[in-house]
Amino acid sequence: MAPTLAVFKLASCDGCQLTLLDCEDELLALAGEVEIAHFLEASSAVAPGPYDLSLVEGSVTTAEDAERVRAIRANSRHLVTIGACATAGGIQALRNYADVDEYRRVVYAHPEYISTLATSTPVSAHVGVDFELRGCPIDRRQLIEVITAFLAGRKPDVPNHSVCFECKRRGTVCVTVAHGTPCLGPVTHAGCGALCPAYRRGCFGCFGPSGSVNLPALIPVLRRDGMDDAAVERFLHTFNAPAFDEELRS
Amino acid sequence: MTDTQGPAVLDRDGLNALVAELVAQGRTVIGPTVRDGAVVLAELESADDLPFGWGVELDAGRYRLVRRTDGAAFAHSAGPQSWKNFLHPARQRLWSADRTPSGGVDFTADEPAAPSYAFLGVRPCDLRAIAIQDRVLTGGRYEDTGYARRRTGAFLIAAECTEPGATCFCVSTGGGPAADPGYDLALTEVDGRFLVRVGSEAGGELLARLPHSAADEGTERAAHAAVDAARDRMGRALPPVDVRALLAGSADAERWDDVAERCLTCGNCTMVCPTCFCVTTEEVTDLTGDHTERWQRWDSCFDLDFSYLHGGPVRASARSRYRQWLTHKLSTWHDQFDSSGCVGCGRCISWCPVGIDITEEVTALAAEAGTGPTASADPRTES
Ligand code: SF4
Ligand code: SF4
Ligand code: SF4
Ligand code: SF4
Repeated sequence: MAPTLAVFKLASCDGCQLTLLDCEDELLALAGEVEIAHFLEASSAVAPGPYDLSLVEGSVTTAEDAERVRAIRANSRHLVTIGACATAGGIQALRNYADVDEYRRVVYAHPEYISTLATSTPVSAHVGVDFELRGCPIDRRQLIEVITAFLAGRKPDVPNHSVCFECKRRGTVCVTVAHGTPCLGPVTHAGCGALCPAYRRGCFGCFGPSGSVNLPALIPVLRRDGMDDAAVERFLHTFNAPAFDEELRS
Repeated sequence: MTDTQGPAVLDRDGLNALVAELVAQGRTVIGPTVRDGAVVLAELESADDLPFGWGVELDAGRYRLVRRTDGAAFAHSAGPQSWKNFLHPARQRLWSADRTPSGGVDFTADEPAAPSYAFLGVRPCDLRAIAIQDRVLTGGRYEDTGYARRRTGAFLIAAECTEPGATCFCVSTGGGPAADPGYDLALTEVDGRFLVRVGSEAGGELLARLPHSAADEGTERAAHAAVDAARDRMGRALPPVDVRALLAGSADAERWDDVAERCLTCGNCTMVCPTCFCVTTEEVTDLTGDHTERWQRWDSCFDLDFSYLHGGPVRASARSRYRQWLTHKLSTWHDQFDSSGCVGCGRCISWCPVGIDITEEVTALAAEAGTGPTASADPRTES
């Protein structure tokens, strides 16, 4: 029997699951190799677990999420988290640096209806995870590679090095060196194919820290290229804020 | 053969004809051209694509295009690519394999016919870098057949250096701004015309088909003077010590900790270096598992995965990775390939986002070895 595939969502925008539907060229082949047992974005027909491979999108922001992710783990042989929310807490982890009660009072007419945790945390803070696929959103080719590798029983070809490796292999002119544009590529995990520099933009760090990061060494370059303290903080406080913060402290 | 074996002079029309003739021969002509705020190497359709009137302002971690008033085509250095982008490309498929209905496996080697390259504007330092990669990739027991295919038919037109950049230091690596043998034609640009020397039979044949005149004494003298002057205008230099021995004796230097604090381990230096050749190979299956491909892609000693053996990377620290880069380039390269791995092109200095400077690091290592507490064990005094 074909292995079963399940897709789950916690606090997230659905962009990463959509990446799976976006794999138009591969979807038929995929459907031939796995039984898609639980994927609400695609079908409301749900088969019961346990599932051979579960893809989990989103971060844990409520007590209910925390409980659900434990149930998902218990019902999954292999659990892969997909996207910055699931691997690093996502953009909603900016709450980790703010007063959640104040947000609740300011944003909602009836704050008493809102039940939420003070922090947004990655799935790995709650349960064991077999593989983390980064990105905001994840890269389509990398998602297919992770699923293919799972089916073949091998390690996915998802390199841990910096975006600069992809940028140079692609032949892009470095925006930092040639234009003085701030770029997080040297500290960011590869995976997107160095998309932003190819369009003359600095890397925004969607994939979070690479496997080998020296963030303090990059800060003077960001400053040289015109960023003050507040701008540097904003630059790092996007999709992977807690992960980059940890690199600054280490 | 014609009168073209002696030096000749091409004017702008001659240069146009040179590119047109190569294109007409069916060659893929690669040369410098302006794109995205830099002089990159790309396919040229005509000589008009050359970066006439563009120069560069270089520093550690900094590259800026600047306008020149003299309209020169080859007055730039240390671009973000080198000829290895074409001869030893960043990605290539080596072979694929398919499961057969009977349960066997069919292997197919990927041996695409190489484009017939003509490289226009090869710097003397880059000519040396190509010779070094020839030695590394085809000079040993196991030849890189893909490299050999691309390299064998390539037609090389050198452009001698009259405008060294602020990060250039070829002279202190034993090279210089004049082209060594190995080219088919060598150009020296003087005031909108080009002194041409012939380096091969194919070069002579091509020159014979172009509108040209015999070299006059004035052009020859001006060309030699410009190249000689370039020799004295190197922006940087390696210290005048036995660099090979210095690095061999510096494994425990404190300087590695200092540079490790600044180094991002981003790998840019090795990717832009025209001699760095390291690659990794990955097998990639498709969803069915019936088809698999082996891809080769550039890798770098700055990549943690590069030295990953069972259980972890051998060179986990930034210190050990930077040390590997410098020690291999300048010292163990001699042991392996009978030369230094550095031609002094300055790319690693310009294209390092934090501006780490190989000449500055070697100078600091020399100072540490010569004046530090280990002065008595100065590796330079060993033979
Ligand atoms: S543009 Fe950014 S990602 Fe690309 S090499 Fe430069 S710093 Fe690295
Ligand atoms: S080490 Fe640096 S200067 Fe030397 S050849 Fe490589 S890129 Fe050029
Ligand atoms: S310096 Fe590093 S990347 Fe370059 S050839 Fe040596 S080991 Fe390879
Ligand atoms: S020396 Fe510069 S270019 Fe090389 S890895 Fe370190 S920071 Fe990157």
